[in-house]
Amino acid sequence: MNLLRLLTLCLALFAANSANAEEARPLAADPVTEQRLLAITGELRCLVCQNETIAASNADLANDLREQIRGMIQSGKSDDEIIDFLVTRYGDYVLYRPPVKNITLFLWGGPLLFFIAGIFGLRHYLVRRNRQIAAGDALSDADKRLAEALLAGEAPVTPDPSKTPPS
Amino acid sequence: MTPELGHFALILALLVAASTGVLALWGAQKNRAPWIALAKPGALALALLVTFSYLCLTWAFTQNDFSVRYVAEQSNSLLPLVYRVAGVWGGHEGSLLLWLLMLTWWTLLVRLFSRALPETMRARVIGVLCLVAAGFLLFILCTSNPFLRLLPGVPEGRDLNPMLQDPGLVIHPPLLYMGYVGFSVAYAFAVAALMSGKLDAAWARWSRPWTMAAWVFLTLGIAMGSWWAYYELGWGGWWFWDPVENASFMPWLAGTALIHSLAVTEKRGGFKNWTVLLAVSTFSLSLLGTFLVRSGVLTSVHAFASDPSRGIFILAFLVVVIGASLALFVWRAPKVGLGGRFGLFSRESLLLTNNVLLVVATGTVLLGTLYPLIIDALAVGKISVGPPYFNAVFVPIMTPLLFLIGVGPFARWKQASIPEIARLLKWALAVAIIVAIALPFAYGDWTPFVGLGIFAAVWIVLTALLHLIRQARATQGSGSFIASILKQPRHFWGMHLAHIGVAVFVAGVTIVGGYEEEKDVKMAPGDSVSVAGNTFRFLGVRQVKGPNYLAWQGDVELSKNDRFQRRLLPEKRIYHSSAMPMTEAAIDAGILRDVYVSLGEPIDRAHPETEWAMRVYYKPLVDWIWGGCILMALGGLIAMLDRRYRIRRNNPKAVS
Repeated sequence: MNLLRLLTLCLALFAANSANAEEARPLAADPVTEQRLLAITGELRCLVCQNETIAASNADLANDLREQIRGMIQSGKSDDEIIDFLVTRYGDYVLYRPPVKNITLFLWGGPLLFFIAGIFGLRHYLVRRNRQIAAGDALSDADKRLAEALLAGEAPVTPDPSKTPPS
Repeated sequence: MTPELGHFALILALLVAASTGVLALWGAQKNRAPWIALAKPGALALALLVTFSYLCLTWAFTQNDFSVRYVAEQSNSLLPLVYRVAGVWGGHEGSLLLWLLMLTWWTLLVRLFSRALPETMRARVIGVLCLVAAGFLLFILCTSNPFLRLLPGVPEGRDLNPMLQDPGLVIHPPLLYMGYVGFSVAYAFAVAALMSGKLDAAWARWSRPWTMAAWVFLTLGIAMGSWWAYYELGWGGWWFWDPVENASFMPWLAGTALIHSLAVTEKRGGFKNWTVLLAVSTFSLSLLGTFLVRSGVLTSVHAFASDPSRGIFILAFLVVVIGASLALFVWRAPKVGLGGRFGLFSRESLLLTNNVLLVVATGTVLLGTLYPLIIDALAVGKISVGPPYFNAVFVPIMTPLLFLIGVGPFARWKQASIPEIARLLKWALAVAIIVAIALPFAYGDWTPFVGLGIFAAVWIVLTALLHLIRQARATQGSGSFIASILKQPRHFWGMHLAHIGVAVFVAGVTIVGGYEEEKDVKMAPGDSVSVAGNTFRFLGVRQVKGPNYLAWQGDVELSKNDRFQRRLLPEKRIYHSSAMPMTEAAIDAGILRDVYVSLGEPIDRAHPETEWAMRVYYKPLVDWIWGGCILMALGGLIAMLDRRYRIRRNNPKAVS
């Protein structure tokens, strides 16, 4: 096994190398590049991993891509240009922030839609409920039960024309 | 022989579960005492049979019986004993058996701790649980039998997935499953109540402690999984909105809505239909989670399509569970009364708002989780939905919810007054705003995200304290103030503790999200790097041999202001059975910050002794994330132990 050989090799050389001390070099030449690299790769999918960003992954592909993106940053490309390049090469799948287009409209619009529907549904329910109870208060208990059944039939939550109040 | 006994016990269990379920439910409906009486021994027999079967599988693991296919796939003779025992739930078949085991234990617990329940109600609850168990037994026996033999046997097993060989992953699945499966009890209570046509306050009171217990387990299970991801995966994240994580988060969100809605149903008799629907949805989401994780649909829609038997079965089961309960609901629900009257601004309406927001959040997570699968299945494209999406849509929904946590407890039942609450809370609001503006500067720059998070956290804590003081004053009488604080009922303490847990959690998420620092560096032995005043000096790597792996162990000296703190030993492990290297990060944990170092790859693979890619992180308040979860769970536990649940139990007459 190759690894075993490497491990032994390493052990042999370990003592010799631990003497010279200096400040560690970042993988990129300057911190600004590094910052941009993290921001870009933090939203991109590592295509060979289970579910990891390129920033987080240690897979070979991710290491290579990080090196490439670093190079592109240093050669003056903008973030958008870099991302466009990757999308052209790998498709939308590489983006953890899916682009807004026809097939993702409901994905991006859905939560807002749910929210609005939820709030309006809630308001509608509260108002209707109070009206039902107000109607019920004036009557005797037996009448109340009857009225509740009537009202439930008359005004279901989603109006249903096939339902008529029991006669 | 032992595996065959386990297999046989499962078959017997299926017969017991199906017959107990059907007879108990039918007996309760027709009021036949002998059939109703079957529920209790049935639940016991089921639990014993499944436990026996589970032990048989564990035995096969501990004995390294590699003639059992599942054992050969999941274990190895070099695997330490604890991982062989935990290896039972390392794969699909065993996980399901664990699921089933938990279900039968919950059923047994219902049987033991429900003396206050009327005989027919108990029979119904146990009957429903038995039918659910029968469904799972059928699933296991038809598609996922862990006892199948591999003939001829193999001399050595393949080994447990190295990722699972960790104490965190030993505890995580059982906790999570206790939560998932626990919601089946809430579901069974709801269905039983629908069958009897009596959805009353007593029903809500019975289900509350059970639902809370499930929620506590689920909270701890999710927190455990998140913590594991943090220290094991080596990228320092604590939540990735991975579909597997979402699968457990959705029932949590729905379950959180359910425990709040049950409060209204118990105290005020309102929202009964809503509560029933939530109980059904929460359990359905637990099943959906099982489906997503277990059917293979997440890894690839196409892999799923080529071997769909498991997926189809769970899907069919899901359809039956949801369909049958909804049909029952449509049939029974209109007979249920409306409950007490309340104003548009009241404790009830605020709790309902909480529910709507939580359900919208659940829907959003569901949408984001299923969307890429649907897009892929329809062959219209291939997209990824990840953290940037979820953070963008989730935070706006959660923000009003966090604000309402502060307001809710001050709102009176029936009718609350906005001016009164505004008067009570104006100082808390002012202080929270001031802290939210000022505190971030202690860490660095002020950003809206951090400001909002700090505001929410401080607001929740202040309002909780204010409410505690106010409540203590109101009930003080002639005694001392401190005594009055201590005398507050447990559900009250539980609520505030859980809410403060949310605040602690939010503070952790906010500060670590806003101010964590990360450096990706090349280090040769002797080099050092600093983040946020913490200096890491790399001394080199050495070889370490584990029971079934070989590792590079980095030796890193952590110091602060030139003072030595401690040694950190991150590892890169290669398990004998897997080519994929595993990262073991080294963490110096603290209340105010973690510093975290993980080994990447050697820069030059031919000379690994020279330079390594390493990641070092400074993570302020990151432990508050899990601390908050523990507080939430603790709050739930205390609320669950509230005296009134026990008084009712000892005094059956009080339950009408």
